[in-house]
Amino acid sequence: MADTTWLTLAPAFLLGLTGLLVLYVDSIGRSTKGPIAVLSLLGSLAVAGVAIALPDALGLGPAGWSFVSFTLLGMFALALFVQPGSQNRRLIAGLSTAGAVGALGVAAAFLFTFDGEPVNPFGDALVVDGMSLLFAVIVASVTAMVTVASYNYIAEHSYQAEYYALVLLAGTGMTLMASANSLVTVFVALELASLPSYALVAFLKENKGSVEAGLKYFLVGALSSAVFAYGVSLVYGATGSLQLTAVQNAITGEFTGMLGMGVVMVVGGIAFKTASVPFHFWAPEAYEGAPAPISAFLSSASKAAGFVIAFRVFTEAFLQVSESAGEFLVLGADWVLVFQILAVVTMTLGNLAAVTQDKVKRMLAYSSVGHAGYVLMSLAALSGGGATATAKIEAGQFVLAGGMMHLFVYGFMNTGAFLFIALAEYWDVGRTFEDFTGLGRQAPVASVAMTVFMFSLAGLPPFGGFLSKYLLFGATVNSGFVWLAAVAIVNSAVSLYYYSKLVKALWFDERPDDKKPLEISSRPVGLYAAVIFAAVVTTAMYGVFGPVSDAAIEAAAALL
Amino acid sequence: MMDGTIEALIAVTLVGSLVVMAGSDRYAAKLATAWSLIPLVGSLGMWATYDATGNALLGGDTAFTSRETWLGLGPLPDIEWFVGIDGISMPLVVLTTVLVTLALVSAWTPIDERQSQFYGLVLFLEAGLLGVFTALDFFVWFVFWEAVLVPMYFLIGVWGGPRRKYAAIKMFVYTNIASLVMFVGYTALVFGLGDAVSTFAMPETAEALVVENVQPDALAFVDAETLKVAAFTALFAGFAVKVPIVPVHTWLPDAHVEAPTPVSVLLAGVLLKMGTYALLRFNFTMLPDVARANMPIIAAFAVISIIYGAMLALAQTDLKRIVAYSSVSSMGYVILGLAAYTLYGVGGAAFQMVSHGLISGLMFMAVGVIYNTTHTRMVTDMSGMASKMPYTVGILIAGAFGYMGLPLMSGFAAEFYVFLGAFQAGAFDVANYNLMPAFTAVAMFGIVIVAGYLLLAMQRTLFGEFSLETDYEVGRAPLHDIAPLAVLLVLIIALGSQPDIFFEMIREASGPVADLVGGGA
Repeated sequence: MADTTWLTLAPAFLLGLTGLLVLYVDSIGRSTKGPIAVLSLLGSLAVAGVAIALPDALGLGPAGWSFVSFTLLGMFALALFVQPGSQNRRLIAGLSTAGAVGALGVAAAFLFTFDGEPVNPFGDALVVDGMSLLFAVIVASVTAMVTVASYNYIAEHSYQAEYYALVLLAGTGMTLMASANSLVTVFVALELASLPSYALVAFLKENKGSVEAGLKYFLVGALSSAVFAYGVSLVYGATGSLQLTAVQNAITGEFTGMLGMGVVMVVGGIAFKTASVPFHFWAPEAYEGAPAPISAFLSSASKAAGFVIAFRVFTEAFLQVSESAGEFLVLGADWVLVFQILAVVTMTLGNLAAVTQDKVKRMLAYSSVGHAGYVLMSLAALSGGGATATAKIEAGQFVLAGGMMHLFVYGFMNTGAFLFIALAEYWDVGRTFEDFTGLGRQAPVASVAMTVFMFSLAGLPPFGGFLSKYLLFGATVNSGFVWLAAVAIVNSAVSLYYYSKLVKALWFDERPDDKKPLEISSRPVGLYAAVIFAAVVTTAMYGVFGPVSDAAIEAAAALL
Repeated sequence: MMDGTIEALIAVTLVGSLVVMAGSDRYAAKLATAWSLIPLVGSLGMWATYDATGNALLGGDTAFTSRETWLGLGPLPDIEWFVGIDGISMPLVVLTTVLVTLALVSAWTPIDERQSQFYGLVLFLEAGLLGVFTALDFFVWFVFWEAVLVPMYFLIGVWGGPRRKYAAIKMFVYTNIASLVMFVGYTALVFGLGDAVSTFAMPETAEALVVENVQPDALAFVDAETLKVAAFTALFAGFAVKVPIVPVHTWLPDAHVEAPTPVSVLLAGVLLKMGTYALLRFNFTMLPDVARANMPIIAAFAVISIIYGAMLALAQTDLKRIVAYSSVSSMGYVILGLAAYTLYGVGGAAFQMVSHGLISGLMFMAVGVIYNTTHTRMVTDMSGMASKMPYTVGILIAGAFGYMGLPLMSGFAAEFYVFLGAFQAGAFDVANYNLMPAFTAVAMFGIVIVAGYLLLAMQRTLFGEFSLETDYEVGRAPLHDIAPLAVLLVLIIALGSQPDIFFEMIREASGPVADLVGGGA
């Protein structure tokens, strides 16, 4: 029988194919329906192929199987029945969203039917396991929210198909990052995610800030890519391998200097993608200048994808787990120590910088740096504490799971916060805290949602952010790093100041006389839908968290 | 095991909150009030069928218990959905539902903008309060605890007086920092217990600490005794802000003065009780040996709150500020009763929570009714109100006498129990407890000062020639303003003449706590 393991990458393929499809549909323009018929034929063939191959690939039950084919069918039905040209904008946005939601559905279905046996398509270059599926869910959810919100946000702009295609292709890259199991595929997936992102940040080409942000993002990104690639080459030089477990097996104690340099440079590449110190400084510029949905996309999905690489590369390649002694032996360089320093510096710098901002989007950008610092703790607190060997290993696994859980919740609350900014930009509200005064009166529903995001990011119950912060910080304490958790708690307390500053502006502050009155006449459906959805998920997190925490704990246990 | 009663009670309130918020301003007031009757009737029904015995944390059988594992979290304690009611929480649940309905009625006159949001938030607040008084898993309890804070922040900050922003933020900052300290302290204690506890269930932690006397161990750099004392201090500090105890009380007068009347009613009537309820549940039930060893310090805090709070009240000219500071004083009695650790001390403290909830609710409401027509609360601005608003003033005077501890009103019963219990504690064969009668004797002077400032303020504002400089027409209050006052007065007298309607179940649940120090019966 043919090898069908590649089908387990369906979420990534779905995103990528939809991106290409969007471009294709756009290129048809106002021409006849002929190409659409061809397209639907191809689509039906694809559905048939998937329908035959999928049950074999993953041992999915009939329910999951029919779900996949239904999603695909729906997508192509859209392409068939909606008139291109006349309704192009709606078609393209709908198609993109359908693709993202389809990828989300497939990833979630795979995750919940996952039997604990990782699948390794394409040799061992890629891997589909609990962690990659969990992060595929995060990336696909964020992508879906962003495409829905973009329907209104970029309504007035040209090159819409290109925009959606780039978002979907970047999403493909991020999903593949979650599956990358070799330093080469890591690099390729990283670039696949980065290159569309550069273009997206600069998408508002009439806007100087956007273009400048794109350029800065590109330059820093190119530099860090080079650093990362150089690090990879050093690791290859020292070990002769690129596949992660092979690298770990080949580390012998020779070439320690070269290997150490390589590991530190890999840290640099990851710091860029996760917006952590020392490669964090692009983030405020890029997030502020980019169209707000793109800021949401980069600060949530791209950050999560950066972390999934960090989790996999460092635990698979540069760590030896001794089950019997309950020890984690770091290989190459003492990267646990590096991450401890980076975690403290990143969260402190992010939070202190956020305090001083008077522009809301920039504040959110720095808050996003701060949250990267929290998640870094899951690598920094890895050398577990505990009474017995099992307890030590368990502590290490749980702190890693804590990082994943926080990224999951963060994917919703942070995306929602930036999408609220997108809404404000759509209304042309302005940038500073003062500009937002009185918005609670004019747009109460959206402002309630934003209040939920702010309090959740600050870690206040009853919102999801409290739960995930408690788990991450508690796991850090459980690993024996009380001081690290204490720094995080102090930072988290500080963060309440700047988050509640916006809440205060929305609801309490009187609008200064020299500000023009708010004129909010429209209620854009897509933006509202995305923001409300994110708020509901952020609040309802307590009800649905069981499967997520189980998946994260299992995924972390599989790595360590 | 799911009982479903408490879940239904909280859920129906929460749904009501969303329905009211989504509805129109025109009918929000009536809809919210009508809806609040559902949890009110529900809680009365629960009271009628209540069958718990003992203390929820100390091996007692709770009523309406639900217990399911919610989130299994690896090496961290599991989180359970665990709710139930015992003799201490039942009266507070009833108090909450009664006061919310009355507060909603009292909002009809003063709240004249963004009604649907206001009434929705009050119902949201009620859902949180019901959760606080029924949750028996610490994590769930904490989520509810904080869920109360968020609507309160907006209720003061949006609908408050001129300095509402300052008051709301001050309250938010004070209570949030307190919550953080308390949360960290308690989780440190639970983590420190290591394998002795596997969940956040409060009875399990109490069992490990009190019955089996497990010593905390996990946090390597502190020894067990230090961790216990640190946790006790963190919890006490956290709850002290909420109660509030002098010197962390300063947010309260600001919050009260700026808050609209119905919010003040709930703040004084129920929210302050969260603090004393938590002190009773955590500090005095889970860590009795630390509490016992530090009795003089705790009693000193109580006495300072009683006397200093009353003196501050004496110095005020704003009627609302007077009632606010006297709340600080009254809550001191609760702390004193807890510190005494006798059946009547702890039971009296629990009884005082309910009694003060009703009386302070009445006082704030009556002051609010007067303010609705006069638009001033300054003692110096008005006199002779009795001739213009005879019913309101009559009830206000009756309530004030309740505050002063007039027999046959609930204030008398509560303070009598507390003093009785506190004096009895002097007979304990425990170090320092011979000081308790001295503390109690000083605390009793608080009553004299209360009588002083209340009589003084009433004499100036209510009696004599009517005079008030105002453009508003001063006349009788509408029926829906007076009705909740009358209901509260009836309840205060009922509870004062028949304290056993609550005290019996309170005694049942307080006995085990008092027994921890050997002061039962």
